Amino acid sequence: MPVWLTEHEHAVVAAVADRLIPPYDEHPGGAALGVADYIDGLLGAFEVDPPRIWAGGPFSGRAGGESSFDQFMTLSPLEELAWRTRIEGSKGMVERERNGDVIGFQQQYREGIAALGRDFLDVTPEEQDTRLRAQREFKRLLYAHACEGAYAAPEYGGNRSLAGWTAIQFGGDVQPRGYTDEEVTGRE
Amino acid sequence: MPDRDCDAVIVGTGPAGATVAEVLTAAGWSVVMLEKGRNHLLSLDAPFGPMGHVSNDELKMHHRHFLGPDPWLEPRTFRRDESDGDRLHVGEVNNLPSTVGGGGMHADGKLPRFRENDFHAASEHGPIEGAELVDWPVDYDEIEPYYAEAERVVGVAGDAGANPFAAWRSGPYPMPPGADMFCAVLTSEVATKHGFHPYRAPTGVNSVEYDGRAACNNCGFCAFFGCPIEAKGDPVAPLRHALRTGLCDIRPESYVTEVLLDGTGRKARGVRYLDVNGEAHEVSARHVVLGAGAFETPRLLLRSEIGNPDVVGRFLMYHFQTFALGIFPFRLHAHRGRAVTHLHDDPIVPDDLALAAARDAGLPWFRGGIVEHGGASHPISEAIHLPPGPEHTRLMLASPMRDRMAAFTMQGEDMPQATNRIDLDPHVVDAWGIPAGRVTYSSHRHEVECSRHWAPRLEAVLRDAGATHTFSATSPPLPEHAARRRMPNLSPISRHVMGTARMGSDPATSVCDPWQRLHDVDNVVVADSSVFPTSTGYGPTLTIVALAIRAARALAGLEPLRSVRPA
Repeated sequence: MPVWLTEHEHAVVAAVADRLIPPYDEHPGGAALGVADYIDGLLGAFEVDPPRIWAGGPFSGRAGGESSFDQFMTLSPLEELAWRTRIEGSKGMVERERNGDVIGFQQQYREGIAALGRDFLDVTPEEQDTRLRAQREFKRLLYAHACEGAYAAPEYGGNRSLAGWTAIQFGGDVQPRGYTDEEVTGRE
Repeated sequence: MPDRDCDAVIVGTGPAGATVAEVLTAAGWSVVMLEKGRNHLLSLDAPFGPMGHVSNDELKMHHRHFLGPDPWLEPRTFRRDESDGDRLHVGEVNNLPSTVGGGGMHADGKLPRFRENDFHAASEHGPIEGAELVDWPVDYDEIEPYYAEAERVVGVAGDAGANPFAAWRSGPYPMPPGADMFCAVLTSEVATKHGFHPYRAPTGVNSVEYDGRAACNNCGFCAFFGCPIEAKGDPVAPLRHALRTGLCDIRPESYVTEVLLDGTGRKARGVRYLDVNGEAHEVSARHVVLGAGAFETPRLLLRSEIGNPDVVGRFLMYHFQTFALGIFPFRLHAHRGRAVTHLHDDPIVPDDLALAAARDAGLPWFRGGIVEHGGASHPISEAIHLPPGPEHTRLMLASPMRDRMAAFTMQGEDMPQATNRIDLDPHVVDAWGIPAGRVTYSSHRHEVECSRHWAPRLEAVLRDAGATHTFSATSPPLPEHAARRRMPNLSPISRHVMGTARMGSDPATSVCDPWQRLHDVDNVVVADSSVFPTSTGYGPTLTIVALAIRAARALAGLEPLRSVRPA
């Protein structure tokens, strides 16, 4: 179950993720990597406490040490103000509008997904691309978030089974094991 | 000291403030350190261990402003000159971390010294029209022992004989260099064949266990990340030393709004700050030390209406960054290691070709900067710059823009110009309701022409090293690129910010005296790169630390450090 998106919206975001980051060769593509879960996690970051903004540290446990990435960090009051404004928008609140009103990610997604059409999942991929092109600003936002979801640490909801990193031959977080001097200096 | 809270209040906990805190507390002074950002660096309770907050997490550290400043909370504004109107851009402008540890937290720790003639380039090379190049009020021989002390405190790994252009040294580096990156070895070998002189970069990262901190394990999450195992010494080492004396009180999430003066207007009595709840407090002190960085320090001086008003905020300098990039037919794995492991200084000591190019451009001379041998490392940043669609996946799999890319970054010397400045934006405010800092900045022809000359020479090295495709870019963009493309942000991305409270002997033309005290309020010391009269072509941090040791020792009445030049 998505946290903030509706089931339909979640499906649309997943479909879009595969248009922006299509599966190819050993790369599973944006949908299979869980980009929609990543974006849903961002939009619903404050549905959980602490919010899903910053994963914990210092280690994930994937390269030794105890796992702590999955224990998200608390935000200071100002940091919460910044992230709530970014996600929820300013909604007419004075403290969120010092330099003007802000349209949050939630509104951008709700309206952007609606603008792609109720039948978005049923039309051809070519028609999906045409509709995405018509929503230039929303497409740019979606793409930035899709890249984050595909290649960020999996604790944020995407990069499922580390498949994003594996496909591109990136080792991901490696503390506390690190790399040997030979792995740094050698050709391989 | 019953009538005062402390001997010195220090604004900022980056390399400048941390260094001053270590020196003063060692001399028995009590200090209060006020830091605008949060503390993710070290516990403030004994034994002052790591917080465990920073991690190998690209999303958190690069894209979600974990170390601050969040550009929404602390917007800065930018324009090239007054013809751009009040501003072109609002948001992120050369943001250095706003957190305990400041800029030292995110730097990959390349810590070269300046050369002897960097301290008197104006008299040695002569003036450049349209720039106000001046000599420093100190010279290298005086600074040398402070450089040596800075390298010892931070823990610098390097190879003393490797750079033929290096200034003299009184002794070796405290540690040998760490592991060389494959791509940097490759490009260094070819650079040598081109007549250049690459060397293993002096780096403030432990190659062996040092001062109770672990050796670097090459994780690769170095530039713009904090170190999860404390292998980077700056500034955790001096802060921990200061805390251990029991004389250092660090207060994070404390935003200094004003330096407070006594009734004479010639002495500071302390500072006022806002705590995390927005409540105002005052700290009284015998001395005020400003180490907020060359962006925030002049902003605070302007708010407090102290410092020579004709000069404060002016002569803002960065490094003019030239990126020469080469795509190789094989993988270079630059995501392993210290981000950059080799440098060459040749553009700082121009050869006949460079001198001829300067003359052809109508300049008496030009100087570039160190060339960093590195590569690209992290996949979200790689991905965002690729086109969406099938190209994205194909290019991420082949990785020409990350795993097969080698990069030269030249940190070109930036001429000081009075019109390049930081002032207070007339409308934009930060989350505390205080006017945002505004940058007005245009490059001088000196750095533009220098970049034009060196970019193709650096690309040629990459081609001979095996790159099948090379290209170059600059920050800020060359004038013709800025005009041709509609760029969302024309501000330089350099995090090397300098010059906005320049020091000098003449109170009419400088803000600080040669000991970094404000000419007009002499118990205020500026400890950061604001005082730099010129930018040079080297990273500023080791010089910040060396100068801060010198200024703090003078403040505490300690004897100057001296060193002997080996015969």
